[in-house]
Amino acid sequence: MLLLNASGCLDALTAPDVARSLDGFVTKTVTPLPREGNTPVRIAETDVGMLNSIGLANPGIDRFLTRNLPQLEKLGLPLWVSVGGFATDDYADICSRLDDEAEVTAIELNVSCPNVDAPTESTSQIVAAARQATRKPLWAKLSPAVPEIGEVARAAQAAGADGLSLVNTLRALKLDRQTLKPALGPGQGGLSGPALKPIALAAVATCFLATGLPIVGMGGVQTGFDVLELIAAGASHVALGTVLFSDPGAPTRVRAELYAAAAEHGWSTPDDAHGVAHREVVVHKDNFLVYEQMNST
Amino acid sequence: MRRERLDVVGNEGVGPYALLRVRRGRLDPGVPGQFFMLEAPGRLLPRPMSLCLAPPGELGFLMEAVGPGTAALCALEAGAEINVLGPLGNGFALDVSRPLLVGGGIGVAPLPYLSTTLASPPAVLGFRSDWHAEAAELVPNAQVCVEPTLVTELIPTGMDVLACGPEPMLEAVRAVAPTAQLAWEAPMACGYGACYGCAVPIDGELKRLCVEGPVLCAAA
Repeated sequence: MLLLNASGCLDALTAPDVARSLDGFVTKTVTPLPREGNTPVRIAETDVGMLNSIGLANPGIDRFLTRNLPQLEKLGLPLWVSVGGFATDDYADICSRLDDEAEVTAIELNVSCPNVDAPTESTSQIVAAARQATRKPLWAKLSPAVPEIGEVARAAQAAGADGLSLVNTLRALKLDRQTLKPALGPGQGGLSGPALKPIALAAVATCFLATGLPIVGMGGVQTGFDVLELIAAGASHVALGTVLFSDPGAPTRVRAELYAAAAEHGWSTPDDAHGVAHREVVVHKDNFLVYEQMNST
Repeated sequence: MRRERLDVVGNEGVGPYALLRVRRGRLDPGVPGQFFMLEAPGRLLPRPMSLCLAPPGELGFLMEAVGPGTAALCALEAGAEINVLGPLGNGFALDVSRPLLVGGGIGVAPLPYLSTTLASPPAVLGFRSDWHAEAAELVPNAQVCVEPTLVTELIPTGMDVLACGPEPMLEAVRAVAPTAQLAWEAPMACGYGACYGCAVPIDGELKRLCVEGPVLCAAA
């Protein structure tokens, strides 16, 4: 089980110590051209989460390769590059340019940002084009805002995805208390934080059963037990997002809490909990639950 | 960048504002104009606050209840504990020969610590009412005005202006003092460059205020 950051929730160059407390660093989404991002105001807190509308601010693939990547490589961490675009060719072009970068461990295809115009092509078309462009492991980051996320996951798998990142934020709205106008400059934004956790759990569980693919689970993780729940639902790895904003020490804290929570269930490692949400309890032994063997995929 | 859980030592009213004092722990007070992220009890995100006072063993923050987070902070009582991260960002450059502190409203918050550091230079402070102007007692050597008089009317020429206040005030200060150092604010989730939420126009580009600022040269 790897503990990662959710893309866009950490800048490893301004906070290298926080990045090094993770098992790998996922970059902010890189697009073909530089993007300044959306008009401020870009963030707003809600009662059970927060909204963001950053809008994929990034230096573009050229500057990313010449300026950012060499600095990121010095961290000595596995690097996952998040790739975004507005058409299939955008994804394919960037994946092609990353293919020879030995330090890039994996590519996450951000096909689900709620804060920019979505590509007109389907997820499967984008994944297929990226698959043709790179030999790197491809993780498709999906939105939970679809009627049947299991179908989208299966399509991504058929197109060549090696894994899934679940979930991206959900488009949402907050109104200013005084003016009753949108609190964010662009209007709506992506909802993250604790409000997203049950939705993430459902998406992970559904896609685990639908595909059996490795999954990076994310959405509303605040504690080690939240991580254990995502693993139990079917996640192989877990990413921290909004919690990093309030607690830069979250990776160390959450990891300790996770191992303690796993031990409370009688597991020597959190990986032992993988998928247990989908198994029957067959016996109680020494105050611990024992689950039937995996037969889910 | 250090984050610690600190005891609340006291929380006193200053006009409509609250002066929250916490035990300093091992946190460095930093340079005047730098800020800290304060856990707001019951809320998801911490709130950025510039340091107001740095008495021995303590950190003091002047704040106004403008939303649920600041209301929770203003309601804290001695004995409570909150997580505090900092100091963060870039504070005021202190190598100035003729400093003049300029503040407006709750923007006076960083000026007491700045005044102490610069040995009580002259200050001009503007407030919306006499009640709000009670906060001026925290800044020695200050000339105070209340609306409709604007603080920019009190700024003499030839001074090294160091200012903090609402955005319209800072824009007005920028117009009369192009070399001023201005402390800005923006909604901020993390305070250390992670969220990209606090982007503001700097030198013609949107940049993170928590990384580039919050104190910027007026010409930026």
